[in-house]
Amino acid sequence: MVYAIAVFAPLVGALISGLLGKAIGDRAAMGASVLGMLIAAACGPYAFFVLAQGGEPGTIDLGTWIEAGKFHVSWALRYDTLAAAMVAMVSFVSMLIHVYSIGYMSHDATRWRFFSYLSLFSFAMLMLVTADNLAQLFFGWEGVGLCSYLLIGYWYDRPSACAAAIKAFIVNRIADLPFAVGVALIFMTFGSIEFSSIFATVTKHGADTYRLFGLTFPALEVIGFLLFIGAMGKSAQLFLHVWLPDAMEGPTPVSALIHAATMVTAGVFLMARMSPLMEYAPYAASFVTIVGASTALFAATVGCCQNDIKRVIAYSTCSQLGYMFVAAGVGAYQASIFHLITHAFFKALLFLGAGSVIHAMSDEQDMRRMGGLAKHIPVTCAVMWIGNLALAGIPPLAGSYSKDAIISSAFLAHSNVGSYAFICTVMAAFLTAFYSWRLLFMTFHGTSRVDHRTMEHVHESPAVMLIPLLLLATGAAFAGMLLNGWFIGHDQVHFWHGSIFNNPANEIMRHIEHAPLAVELAPLIVGVAGIALAYAMYIARPDLPKIFAKEHPRIYFFLLNKWYFDELYDRIFVRPLICIARFSWRIGDATIIDGVPNGLAAIAAGGARQVVKIQTGSLAAYAFVMLIGVVALVGVFMLFR
Amino acid sequence: MMNTAGFPLLSLITWLPLVGCVVIMCVRGDEETVASNARWTALWTTLIVLALSLVLWVKFDPREAGFQFNESIAWLPHYRIAYKMGVDGISVLFVLLSTVLTPICILASWETIQTKVREYMMSFLILETMMAGMFCATDFVVFYMFFEAVLIPMYLIIGVWGGPRRVYAAVKFFLFTLTGSVLMLLALIAMWLHAGTTDISVLMETRFPVSMQTWLFFALFASFAVKVPMWPVHTWLPDAHVEAPTAGSVILAGVLLKMGAYGFVRFSIPMLPDAAQAYAPLIYTLSIVAVIYTSFVALAQEDMKKLIAYSSVAHMGVVTIGLFTFNEQGIQGALFQMLSHGIVSGALFLIVGVVYDRIHSREIAHYSGLADRMPAYALVFMVFTMASVGLPGTAGFVGEFLVIVGALQVNFWLALLGGLGMILGAVYMLYLYRRVIFGTITHANLRHILDLSPREWAVFAPLIVLTLWMGVYPSSFTTFFDESVAAMVRHHHAAIASTVKLAQGMPGVLN
Repeated sequence: MVYAIAVFAPLVGALISGLLGKAIGDRAAMGASVLGMLIAAACGPYAFFVLAQGGEPGTIDLGTWIEAGKFHVSWALRYDTLAAAMVAMVSFVSMLIHVYSIGYMSHDATRWRFFSYLSLFSFAMLMLVTADNLAQLFFGWEGVGLCSYLLIGYWYDRPSACAAAIKAFIVNRIADLPFAVGVALIFMTFGSIEFSSIFATVTKHGADTYRLFGLTFPALEVIGFLLFIGAMGKSAQLFLHVWLPDAMEGPTPVSALIHAATMVTAGVFLMARMSPLMEYAPYAASFVTIVGASTALFAATVGCCQNDIKRVIAYSTCSQLGYMFVAAGVGAYQASIFHLITHAFFKALLFLGAGSVIHAMSDEQDMRRMGGLAKHIPVTCAVMWIGNLALAGIPPLAGSYSKDAIISSAFLAHSNVGSYAFICTVMAAFLTAFYSWRLLFMTFHGTSRVDHRTMEHVHESPAVMLIPLLLLATGAAFAGMLLNGWFIGHDQVHFWHGSIFNNPANEIMRHIEHAPLAVELAPLIVGVAGIALAYAMYIARPDLPKIFAKEHPRIYFFLLNKWYFDELYDRIFVRPLICIARFSWRIGDATIIDGVPNGLAAIAAGGARQVVKIQTGSLAAYAFVMLIGVVALVGVFMLFR
Repeated sequence: MMNTAGFPLLSLITWLPLVGCVVIMCVRGDEETVASNARWTALWTTLIVLALSLVLWVKFDPREAGFQFNESIAWLPHYRIAYKMGVDGISVLFVLLSTVLTPICILASWETIQTKVREYMMSFLILETMMAGMFCATDFVVFYMFFEAVLIPMYLIIGVWGGPRRVYAAVKFFLFTLTGSVLMLLALIAMWLHAGTTDISVLMETRFPVSMQTWLFFALFASFAVKVPMWPVHTWLPDAHVEAPTAGSVILAGVLLKMGAYGFVRFSIPMLPDAAQAYAPLIYTLSIVAVIYTSFVALAQEDMKKLIAYSSVAHMGVVTIGLFTFNEQGIQGALFQMLSHGIVSGALFLIVGVVYDRIHSREIAHYSGLADRMPAYALVFMVFTMASVGLPGTAGFVGEFLVIVGALQVNFWLALLGGLGMILGAVYMLYLYRRVIFGTITHANLRHILDLSPREWAVFAPLIVLTLWMGVYPSSFTTFFDESVAAMVRHHHAAIASTVKLAQGMPGVLN
């Protein structure tokens, strides 16, 4: 019951502020929305702790949804450790973001609309994580897609925001189609899309095959691939990541909510949720690892050259999601969910901290026009330091536990794919530390590059923004230490209570705490090295980056332009498709298809006009033609008699 | 003549609008009085019909697969042709769709139509009679008459109250659909000669020889494919929509497009199982082309109505895929998609109508930034945009998803390519939404545009409720056709199995 309240309280808040917002005013609407979230944030973690203390998992049935023959889907809330942990995290972080937004959005004209979207988003995310079947998961999946579209395009008078919003929705949709087909394939294979029935019969269908491209594949592998493509879209993995950086057009709390805590982690959650199936799809799982590792490294390289403070953090998110997929791919789902939770804390912190900087800087986002802000906004600076220490994986902050576990698990996989992932993640760890401190140094330290007019207005944010920051900072500092034992400690089997499945042959989780010392220390060493390099380049010798850019313009521009993905996609997809659209209409429809009936009509009309000429009205002519006719008839008659 | 309702309910639903028509004809007085009386009479008549049809909703027994509320009057007994009415799970909801949309159309035309109001309202009432009659008919001849008669009021609505190119559009509409119908008439006669009757339930049990099935199938296909409309005979639709008055477009998209698909599900699939099975790949191909090609065409449109018209073709492509999967998920999904498309595309045409009434332009380029001045309109538009792109929780999702599930059981590529509408639909709808609703107001005449009026709210409110209801609790609709579809699928597979058996038993007979 408490669990259901946690899910539906945000919906109530969203409806009140969205439908009545104009009537009851901004304050009341905000109150309703924040209150809904506060209730959720009280109930969600409570439900989680009950379960963690040994409560019984279960399912709350809410009623039938779709029925068609054997196809049956209900609205139901699944209450197990995985879902409850996600509910606790989502409701808590989302609540803090709501509170923060009260301050951040205080100058906005339609706050009721913003809060309504924000609460609706939280509701959709909660429906996603508590889903009992894949259709309801898809409901939440698409629901967060809609809300992110609305939130990214919140300032709809900006063309760039509208474009980013559409891009986000459509890139996600592209991935959703394979996902939907994957769900259909699950129904065909298992006869159900409810988790409990799927998981119960996975072993029975291990030998099922599916024909595709004229070849025969194990059905579970095909399903695994299709579902993962869906996850790639939502979690912004390589090739489908292009929407995420653009999504920074939304207000900063949105970035925190969407790109840190919740929406982008849906794909990782899906992998963990489907672990009983993914464990029997080794090729799909290897693919997950490869894509995850590649994304982790790719996004980190791009993050090193961005100048927009939010974009750096966005690419960092992309990269961290890659880490989570690495863990999921090698079978350490527990580690990936652990990193998901700790990441939610420190990434939300970083985004909201960046928001605080932007707020202080009168909406300036370019780090080249910042610097030396530490003494003006000390609290923000402090929490940003904590967030970045956690992100870089410096012990004992949260990131060090979860990220090290992922890097260890990649190593412990003892496979080619695992080694590739290990190398990528370690390199990415170096870059992560580098771009994190680059951000810190460029923003808070060194000489100030802020212009005078802005400098006069630089101020620390109000308490309503700082308190959420401090709470998140506490989480970023201690979450790893506190949750380590539960999530990946030796008692983890008991904690997860069967909500995550490891193939008996998969021993990674048993060894995860016993990786070689060198592997355990690797992330720390490269992390410190990254920080040192950032110090050298941005504090000790601030002229170095310019020299580097001048001497290696190709590398610099390649990274600055994000590996030219946007340009590439524009050339090979967007423009050709627009051409096809024009061609289909102007030539295909208007000329060819419509040409036939219009042509026939023209022939008929023209023919009629010609025939009309025969009607001269001259009796003599008629009689003459008749005579010819009679002669012809008689002739034919005689000939063929 | 006894049936579940205790009185000839279906005939009453069908013919009552004509009574309203007679009443309107009798009104005398100056133009204003006549117009006002015509509006109110039409509204009340259609509301009473709606109320009557709700009796169907309540009294219909969904556990029964066959026809219910049967009525039968001897008409041409020598030819074994009778006036027969009845509804089964497949048709009952389409009767309701017609009776729900008609009053909404009357309401939507309240202020828009100012010339020849009496004749306009009469046309709509006649149209309702023909639509309801067509879905209720259980005799092929009766069906054929209603099916053809629908053309007449629609032709008038487009040709008299339409836009500047209305005559071209009306004639094109008439000729396209009539051409197909002539072939259907031939098929009808052939079936009658073979079976000795035109009773639909008898025809469904009749086994037509396989060679005959083939040409019967194509004769019926010619008629139904134009109505659906399937690619490449779809070009009458955008023209008809663009020129038709708003309410005309609503009925056209909401009900008339369903007639073709209904024809497939009522005649082609159950009566000609072997041909339907054999030519299903042809239908799949045309449907996939429709989904992809018309989505692209929709993307290139500069006229709002045309864009939505093309989107209808794409959505109906999903319907025809679903119908010809011959499994429960596919057919149920297709039927659901027909219903949801009826509501959603109808609503989208009404949405275009709202701004057309104010600015008198359908050009997308004439609009921008409406969200500022018309927040309620923006909300309603968003709801139906999302329903159109098939967001879960709205009506559009259930049908599309079930069709994908059904299609996958036939072929992977059918599911994937047929599902492309999910992506392309989002592209053209969001692009439209962005250009019309988002951005800043650039045209001076938009600065004082008014938001939805109470009358417009009354038009949209029931549609929004239906859209969400169908999305969140679709079972209250699918239960109606669950049993009928199950019976149909069983019937189909039994027929195919018996043909196969026959072919194995007597090799060469079929050829």
